[in-house]
Amino acid sequence: MSDAKKTNGWTPKKPMVSIKDVHKSFGDLEVLKGVSMDIMKGECICIIGPSGSGKSTLIRCVNALNDIQKGSILVEGQEVNDPDLDKLELRKKVGMVFQQYNLFPHKTAIENIMMAPITVLKQDEKDVAKLAKKLIKKVRLGGKEDNYPGELSGGQQQRVAIARSLAMNPDVMLFDEVTAALDPETVKEVLVTIQDLAEEGMTCILVTHEMGFANEVADHIYFTDRGVIVEHGPPKTFFKRAKDPRTKEFLSQIL
Amino acid sequence: MELFGDFFKQLYETSGWNFVIFYDQVEWDRFIVAIWTTIKLIVACLIFSLVVGIIGAWAQGAKSKILRYGMSGYIQFFRNTPPFVQILFFYFVLGNLTPSYDAGGYQEAYIGSFGWAVISLGFFAGAFNTEIFRSGIEAVPESTVEAASALGYTRLQSYIHIIFPLAFRVCLPALNNNLVNLLKTTTLAYGIAVPEMMYTANQIWSDNVNVTEMMIVLFLFYVGLVAILVWGMDRWEKNMKIPGYG
Repeated sequence: MSDAKKTNGWTPKKPMVSIKDVHKSFGDLEVLKGVSMDIMKGECICIIGPSGSGKSTLIRCVNALNDIQKGSILVEGQEVNDPDLDKLELRKKVGMVFQQYNLFPHKTAIENIMMAPITVLKQDEKDVAKLAKKLIKKVRLGGKEDNYPGELSGGQQQRVAIARSLAMNPDVMLFDEVTAALDPETVKEVLVTIQDLAEEGMTCILVTHEMGFANEVADHIYFTDRGVIVEHGPPKTFFKRAKDPRTKEFLSQIL
Repeated sequence: MELFGDFFKQLYETSGWNFVIFYDQVEWDRFIVAIWTTIKLIVACLIFSLVVGIIGAWAQGAKSKILRYGMSGYIQFFRNTPPFVQILFFYFVLGNLTPSYDAGGYQEAYIGSFGWAVISLGFFAGAFNTEIFRSGIEAVPESTVEAASALGYTRLQSYIHIIFPLAFRVCLPALNNNLVNLLKTTTLAYGIAVPEMMYTANQIWSDNVNVTEMMIVLFLFYVGLVAILVWGMDRWEKNMKIPGYG
């Protein structure tokens, strides 16, 4: 298996992730009712909105953890809504970080980072070890290589989880409320790590409640409610001049 | 050895306590054979039941309905019938149906009583191991498996690298329990004349009329064996312990 990723004629001029009219139901409950958005390479976008509005579901659909009933999601030209989807190919492109970190508890921090490239990508262990050491420094956890997840704080675990995703060398990173389980002090250390990534040009899609972070780092903000995008725009206009009453109400309760 | 034997001989002559195996060469040899047969039987049953358990737990999670129903039928059968009946059934019923060869004038079965004891007890304990492993697999959080899947792991890869290692740790205490039970249940091989410790002790006390003494030997022997198994399993459990987890 070569490291080159299949692109189906995709070029960086086209959206890296293109979501069009996505519908998703769990049984009778329609969670996404026609959501569309385009994310260009190097962009960092934040999806905000009340709980149950379908934010997490949407980004879980991007890497096929949830399937969709209608619509299209293209990741670098690869259609995700396809019964013959090559999931491995998709997941090489898309990294994901979860609210509950979901580290492998029986492996040390460095092993957590090394496992997937060795098992999934069949890369050479020595090369992966070098990469993992670099990544653990990048997320500012030098010295914690041999600690087990249970010995690390929530913020530290979450940063290991970010490094674990980065080890797969993804083109897009999905962050699903990654700071929701953390206390205010550790939230910052995780956000700084994500900010570094965004500034380096990583394409990031975040579901978050951190308005300050969204305002500072995001290129574009989407506000979702009850399965639809109510309003979106760059942070300056979004926060200062929200038009929709629902958006205003939501922002007034947080800010 | 001489001194040891003399002590028990003296004990017999002075008090009537007849630990014949410790001073009579013939009985001693029988006793040693029984020790080895028992240990071989236990080890074979343990391994066989673990293999059955792993395959069974895998089959229970399979997509095929036939496989899943087959597994639950198997578990129900072995859990709801007495192991002693099972061992007799395997040896006398299935044993008669399996091929045999001509051993110079009489027919000898390819699978002897020892083999049938391993098969029957292995399936018996394997049914419980299947349930134990399943409980362990179910205890692995869905979200952890999802994280593996998001990293591109296939179902088989996540079983090997994440689910089994975690599930195994969860179910070790229950497994420990079941294996101790299996060890003790191997005495049922007595019923089909496998020359293990129970059977041999019975032969010895029939020949020497020393039931009480042989019973004491039997109890001490199994207490010792279980102690060794439990010690080993405890050490294993400790070695597998993850810092900060569970």
